[in-house]
Amino acid sequence: MPHIKPILAALKRHKAGTILIALQIALTLAIVCNALFIIQQRVTRLSRPTGMDESNLVAIQNRWVGVTDAAAAGVLTRADVLALRQMPGVQDAVQVNAFPLRGGGWSTGVRVDVDGKKPIAHTTQYFMDEHALATMGVKLIAGRNFRADEVVTTDPDKIQTSPQAIVSKALADKLYPDGSALGKPIYLGDDRTPSTVIGVVERLQVPWGAAWTDDFAENSVILPVQLTGNFSTYLIRAKPGQQAELVKAAPAMLTKLNRLRVITGDRGVRTFEVVREQAYKSDRGLAILMGVICLILLAITAAGIVGLTSFWVGQRRKQIGVRRALGATKHDILSYFLTENLMIGIAGVVIGALMAVGLNLWMVTQFEMARLSMAYVAAGVIALLLLGQAAVLAPAMRAAKVPPVEATRSV
Amino acid sequence: MFSYYLQLGLRSLRRNPLLTALMVMAIGFGVAASMITYSVFRAVSGNPIPEKSERLFTPQIDSWGPKYNLPGNEPPYALNYVDAMALMRDHKAKRQTMLYPIGLSALPRDAQSVPFNVQGFTAQSDFFAMFDVPFQYGSAWAAADDEQRAAVVVISRKLNDKLFDGANSLGREITLSGHNYRVVGVTENWNPKPRFFTVWSGSSFGEPSDIYIPLSRALDLRIDTAGSNSCRGRIDYQDWDGWLQSNCVWVTPWVQLDSAAEIEQYRQFLEGYAADQQRAGRYGWAPNVRLRNVMQWLDYMQVVPQESSVSLLVALCFFAICLINTIGLLLAKFLRRASEIGVRRALGASRREIYVQYLIEAGAVGLAGGVLGLLLTALGISGIGLLFQPQIARLAHLDLALVGLTLLVSVLATMVAALYPTWRAAQVQPAWQLKSN
Repeated sequence: MPHIKPILAALKRHKAGTILIALQIALTLAIVCNALFIIQQRVTRLSRPTGMDESNLVAIQNRWVGVTDAAAAGVLTRADVLALRQMPGVQDAVQVNAFPLRGGGWSTGVRVDVDGKKPIAHTTQYFMDEHALATMGVKLIAGRNFRADEVVTTDPDKIQTSPQAIVSKALADKLYPDGSALGKPIYLGDDRTPSTVIGVVERLQVPWGAAWTDDFAENSVILPVQLTGNFSTYLIRAKPGQQAELVKAAPAMLTKLNRLRVITGDRGVRTFEVVREQAYKSDRGLAILMGVICLILLAITAAGIVGLTSFWVGQRRKQIGVRRALGATKHDILSYFLTENLMIGIAGVVIGALMAVGLNLWMVTQFEMARLSMAYVAAGVIALLLLGQAAVLAPAMRAAKVPPVEATRSV
Repeated sequence: MFSYYLQLGLRSLRRNPLLTALMVMAIGFGVAASMITYSVFRAVSGNPIPEKSERLFTPQIDSWGPKYNLPGNEPPYALNYVDAMALMRDHKAKRQTMLYPIGLSALPRDAQSVPFNVQGFTAQSDFFAMFDVPFQYGSAWAAADDEQRAAVVVISRKLNDKLFDGANSLGREITLSGHNYRVVGVTENWNPKPRFFTVWSGSSFGEPSDIYIPLSRALDLRIDTAGSNSCRGRIDYQDWDGWLQSNCVWVTPWVQLDSAAEIEQYRQFLEGYAADQQRAGRYGWAPNVRLRNVMQWLDYMQVVPQESSVSLLVALCFFAICLINTIGLLLAKFLRRASEIGVRRALGASRREIYVQYLIEAGAVGLAGGVLGLLLTALGISGIGLLFQPQIARLAHLDLALVGLTLLVSVLATMVAALYPTWRAAQVQPAWQLKSN
């Protein structure tokens, strides 16, 4: 380890360069820590499971044309569902008001006490029939499925309280923390009559993927209700290997069944892979952008260190020669430059760590972001110090190769 | 002198290609990242109707009460049917419209083809004048049509092209979800961004509307909103009329108020209306109203996606780091030529000339960086669909202003970055340099 004092003395003669490198390291650390943190948060969000078996699912959104009566539309919708279930290649199908990550659905507060003023939790409401669990591929962990005779068909304006409800485990645990939700009453919205929990499913995500749903992302209730109306949405489970075929065959079959309908637009027919991709597009986009910026930033900072250190080495060839002539080994010269860089680096990361936390705090107030975890700052500090050492290695080795005879040459 | 210095600069840049490439790349990447994210930010944060944004307001009335209001006791984003009809009848603003998004199906005239979706808005005749909607054929429907609940429609140029091959279709009939409407106007392609008037009820950056029909007609036909609908408390309605009387909000009001006096008057009217409702027992709370103009509304509704602001911020920081990097490299580059500067100074060059020479050299680096940045920006904008939702990505485009801005920013920023290195270069003492040689 070379003495630090002569290095400090030398750095004083290169104030500008030193400050610039330290500042660059500091800013890079601040940005990289926050960017990595944003990436981690977005990736965590977009890799959440929905609770469904997502392969082999197809979603179709349909609109009836010229049907003004909701009940009439309900009859047509029912015919669609039955026809879909008969199709070869279809394992099961269900008519839904919404499904996980669809991007639109219903939500309401839930109480467990009829006179409770404040709802205990927020939940989404799925209106489906007894084929729901099999079609979605969600796992029932307690209780039972709906029976066909429990399913009621109704206009969205005339929904009555359902006597039965299947809830997700997350919601069940929230409402009855002792794990006894099965068989207990829940009150949806301002209902005065309860729905009884007849089943609990392991996991079922809400129809939204955005940040505002993060605090109720897995709170779901399935009610045995089939809504009538001008729009209908179908979720279809294809038999293994039949999904690609079904994407074309299902809308064709429906159109053949009844021509007065519209199944178009980018949400007309979607495999669940597409649904997931669309739901998390901006999360993934931001993560990619941050990743690219981080990489370029680290590369540029490393290149900057190489550039400035090379300049210093060039400037000091003569002094290096003198030191070598006076007995310094190649190793001494190498470690001189490495230590010099380490000192600048440490100054940089200390300032940078403060800036990283400051930037995060500011973003917390501006963009409702989470607090930066200190692990990221620590990882960033180590990464940048290593990067600095790696960047300085090539110029430092060149410096070590300066022959002692350089001391005797002028310029 | 300028061209001589430029030549000197270019020669010096060639002498050290690696260092030069490094600087050019740093500036290129920095400016490109900033410009790509800025192009999106510019599109989403723009003023959609600059000449009138100060005069268009969306009134909000507290119809939910403190128990159900949004955080900060903010009233709901839109009006319920009863309040909307009351404001419409009172008509206290010079121009006003109530609107909500609708989705209908259209039957092509060719019986063989399948029906397709059209989307648009129910509105009142003032809608078109208030929002400066340009027309290709015809005009808005008359105020009398609103009162007579007429079956008229204004369609977009795109729909007109599809249904009538672009011919003048005024007076022709079209069928929407089983009902006939007479075409009274065809708009030019018009889709303000963000679509300020339907930020809450619809999509801020959605596809352009195909149709507009009178609100009164739509209500007669019981056409439901295709946009947002927010209810509080017990949902006890059993049918359409019950729904209209419920506390669900889904109608968006807009009014045009041309002077401070009119704004104040309208605010008082809103307060008075809310107070009347409290006296009548409809509301159990004190008047709580808002009157926000276009930009205030967009700001309140946080129309700019978080992704856009965060990525612009990070890109700007990135650019700053690239510039700091450039300062360091220019410093190294200029000071390496200390002896050359010494000779020039000894031969009579003034400090000023040293400044000019080195700033021009830096400008050349900036220009090269700008050209690289421009290429990267073009590349980035064409690939931006990978990063943002399609309706947002579509807004980003490379226009002349952005090209100019890219080049200008890179040249200016590099010259600013070069100020310190140049100052150091100009401080070189000729005697010192000559002596050490």
